[in-house]
Amino acid sequence: MAYRNAIPTPPGAEAKPAPQFDSLRQQYEADTLGMWIFLASEILFFGGLFMAYVIYRAAYPEAFEAASGRLDLLLGGINTAILLTSSLTMTLADDAVLPRNRKALIGWLAVTALLGTVFLVIKGVEYSVEFAAHLAPIFGRPFDFPEPHTEQARLFFSFYFALTGLHALHLFIGIVVVLIMLALAIRGVPRLEAKVTIAGLYWHLVDLIWVFVFPLLYLAAHHG
Amino acid sequence: MTADISVRKNYLNRDYSIASWLTTIDHKRIAWLYLVSITAFFFFGGAAATLIRLELATPAGDVVETETYNRLFSLHGIVMVWFFLVPSIPATLGNFLIPLMIGARDVAFPRLNLLSWYLYVIGGTFTLAMAIAGGVDTGWTFYTPYSSLFANGQVVLAVVGVIVAGFSSILTGLNFIVTVHNMRAPGLHWTRLPLFVWANYATAIIMVLATPVLAITLLLIALERIFGIGIFDPKVGGDPVLFQHLFWFYSHPAVYIMILPGMGVVSEIITCFARKRIFGYDGMAFALLAIALIGFLVWGHHLFVAGESVYAGVIFSLLSFMVAVPSGIKVFNWAATLYKGSVSFETPMLYALGFVGLFTVGGLTGITVAATAVDVHVHDTYFVIAHFHYIMVGGMVMAYFGGLHFWWPKMTGRIYPDRWGRIAAITIFVGFNLTFFPQFVLGYLGMPRRYHTYPDEFQLLNVLSSAGAPVLAIGYLLPLVYLLYSLKWGPVAGPNPWDAKGLEWQTPSPPPEHNFDRLPVVTQEPYAYGLPKRDSDAARS
Amino acid sequence: MAGMDAVSDTPLLPQASTLAERVDALFFTLVGVDVVMVLVLSGLIVGFAVHYRRGARVNRTTDAPETKTEIVWSLGLLAVFLAIFVWAAHLYVEEASPPNNALEIHAIGKQWMWKFQHQNGRREINELHVPLGVPVKVVLATQDVIHSFFVPAFRVKQDLVPGRFRTVWFTPSRIGRYHLFCAEYCGLDHSRMRGRVIVMEPAEYEAWLADVSAEPSPAQGEKLFSSLGCIACHGAGSKVAAPPLAGIFGKPVPLKGGRTVIADETYIRDSILTPEKQVVAGYEPIMPSFAGRVNESDLTRLIAYIKSLSGEEGRP
Repeated sequence: MAYRNAIPTPPGAEAKPAPQFDSLRQQYEADTLGMWIFLASEILFFGGLFMAYVIYRAAYPEAFEAASGRLDLLLGGINTAILLTSSLTMTLADDAVLPRNRKALIGWLAVTALLGTVFLVIKGVEYSVEFAAHLAPIFGRPFDFPEPHTEQARLFFSFYFALTGLHALHLFIGIVVVLIMLALAIRGVPRLEAKVTIAGLYWHLVDLIWVFVFPLLYLAAHHG
Repeated sequence: MTADISVRKNYLNRDYSIASWLTTIDHKRIAWLYLVSITAFFFFGGAAATLIRLELATPAGDVVETETYNRLFSLHGIVMVWFFLVPSIPATLGNFLIPLMIGARDVAFPRLNLLSWYLYVIGGTFTLAMAIAGGVDTGWTFYTPYSSLFANGQVVLAVVGVIVAGFSSILTGLNFIVTVHNMRAPGLHWTRLPLFVWANYATAIIMVLATPVLAITLLLIALERIFGIGIFDPKVGGDPVLFQHLFWFYSHPAVYIMILPGMGVVSEIITCFARKRIFGYDGMAFALLAIALIGFLVWGHHLFVAGESVYAGVIFSLLSFMVAVPSGIKVFNWAATLYKGSVSFETPMLYALGFVGLFTVGGLTGITVAATAVDVHVHDTYFVIAHFHYIMVGGMVMAYFGGLHFWWPKMTGRIYPDRWGRIAAITIFVGFNLTFFPQFVLGYLGMPRRYHTYPDEFQLLNVLSSAGAPVLAIGYLLPLVYLLYSLKWGPVAGPNPWDAKGLEWQTPSPPPEHNFDRLPVVTQEPYAYGLPKRDSDAARS
Repeated sequence: MAGMDAVSDTPLLPQASTLAERVDALFFTLVGVDVVMVLVLSGLIVGFAVHYRRGARVNRTTDAPETKTEIVWSLGLLAVFLAIFVWAAHLYVEEASPPNNALEIHAIGKQWMWKFQHQNGRREINELHVPLGVPVKVVLATQDVIHSFFVPAFRVKQDLVPGRFRTVWFTPSRIGRYHLFCAEYCGLDHSRMRGRVIVMEPAEYEAWLADVSAEPSPAQGEKLFSSLGCIACHGAGSKVAAPPLAGIFGKPVPLKGGRTVIADETYIRDSILTPEKQVVAGYEPIMPSFAGRVNESDLTRLIAYIKSLSGEEGRP
């Protein structure tokens, strides 16, 4: 967040805020506050689903643990590492936003988008394995899970696909946003500070949601 | 007061093309886009209500088929809640007035504001498509497993429409919060904020934090129907009551989305026509926030007989009584504002006084349904129907009409015929009570809601209720006529026809494109209606 | 169905359970509080508005202590509300816990009918007979969607939730026939999912319970079977292709479309009223609906006859 110090003295006299604002500082504060409010809204969006999951997990602990054991902990773990790393690279991009660091900014944004894409690819591999193993209770496909937990395992996998699917959708949007930032940076558009910070806030939220999704789904079978 | 509005440049006459309207990012024009579209939905939902009342005039199902009836009340609920009540005051009057009232050139995110309207229109299009393709028969509450596994009809279209409209309301709320935080004119401290702005601010908090839960809940229904994912499916151990918890976690706070802005409007009108500062400003602002926050904790009072635990029921009941206290403060303060005032009875004031009366009845019967043991009897009966129509129609719609009449001269620069305004206000008040009061009795006698046919002994009260409906309908159609008439033939209003305080009255009517020719500086409280009059105007110069 | 609703010689909303008068006491106290508050508030508003109307020559100087008045008013309001809360919650908690000696009756709701089974196995549909003065606990389950068991005269209501058992209890205190409504919207014929609760003297109830002859006899059903013309198609040696009924009761029946159902009371009932909905595999949907031509008791008689064709009285 190094640019913070840069805000009171906007770089370049030509810098002008949007017409509804009096100053760049006011505009920056409005933009950031708007993003934080949006993130609060997003947290409530996933919160509803987490709440439902937690209630069912408490109601059917054995079935959920058994079903959780069928997830690929290794791939899930790798994905967690990838996403956490991408948050780091996003922060580094944010840190490199001042004009003199343009190359670093472009580099870190590209790495961030790449890591996000790798995450989605690995997720896709997981999905295809689960589809092949008849663990996807959607589109009326056969669902194969040993008794006595067949029914509630269905419930678990409903949550699994709903949660990871919605998360993947958010990550996809995040990748698009980062790519847009990347394009702006390559074209040399000035004053990307606020934009990159706000894109970063969103990226970190998507990461943060995964930090909850991963233990809830993958580690349910492996609690102490 | 003699400025000729056809000469002066303002937000209306700067460009007349349709494209200039559909691509506008001016909050005042966006308010008009909303005004036109929600009016259409209001009469659409009203038409469904008319057919419902017609059907219920006799105990047998003789006007429409049962299936049609079920689709009508579902359509009525979905359209009125999400496409009229939720956006009504915030998206029209709120959009138009908040920047004016806080001395800003626009909202913080004008493009996002336009996007909100387009999302609303897309959501509305889904809803219309749903209705044309045959509708849904789930009720506006979409209870599972009926909606997810049993209902025929366009459930997916319906929930997608609501979800999209929900995002529109999230973005509006986000815009309002940031605008109020960041865009206030110099000197406009939080304690000088008009109560209308406070009310919309509190509403915006609910919109931002409750609506996403509705979105995910309805999305799960859509996923269940499209993909077969079964999160509420009892066959795999899913809990249909969990759906109700999630649904009401949004939909009860949404009730406050549907009333808080009305409270804001009424506070502005009563102070103006009593020519007196509001009684207990701090208490009023505090009450708005208290209602918004406690409102998040009372959803379980919709589930007293759905099988939540007795302890949960008792706690939710207690919290529901708590949320009634700030509402009580507000009613009391409105009454006290009239004390030692100088009261006049123009159209907006009649609506505002009507609001206070009907809201009081709605609120007190809310106490009745919050009382657990009584709710067990009246839950899902016409008592509840009457109660929430007193809040939403008697409250919000009265306030909406009152606000529209109060700020109409500001929005259009013209004055409507006040005599017709008063006639319409009284017609609506009478028609409303005729329609909905009998439903309290019906509900206590045990008539369940969503009944196409009913036992003969309930007929008398149903006929009374149905007889009120046409009166109410005439009351709603009258303003449509004379307000449109005033657009062309109404006398020029001038900047401040009511001699009201507030920044929005210090700029010409209609306002210029960027609201103020010179940005205002605020030096006093919002309701400086000092007696003798006009002293505050002197203070300005 | 109109005849079913006739509830003779009772006031519009009788107090027919011990709970009813207690709920009414609370309800009418609340109505009283509401009326007083509405009168006081609207009196204040109208009074102030008229007295201080524009142009009236009245003293308008004021220094009303705002915060103090507000605090007094809100504390007063809070006290009234808390009193109501305690009263209502007390009653609600009591309502939730049935006494141990309560008579247990099982109920099943399905789209769109009520089925009851008494302790000795006697069953009834859309009617519930209960003894006067005895606590009755109804155990509620649903076969499909959410329904709600609502007897206004008893002031009780309880939702039936799929996959869960719920209970509702009451002590009938007045002889008579009362409405039973489904109060939770449950689809097409929600408003026709109505029945009657019949409160009888305990001795009468015992007799009713024991009176097996009142249970529909197969012989009566057999007469209907021929008089209604069922026999023309379903009878032995009929030329019309209709599934034979001998021995089907309690057995699985393959349906068109691949599903299978058990031929229980519900299935037979549905086949008579809405034959086109569940057609047996290999047959054409040619059977007309008998809805409106047979009443509830005829239905139970027909079902009894079809049961008897399976050789034993009912299934386990």
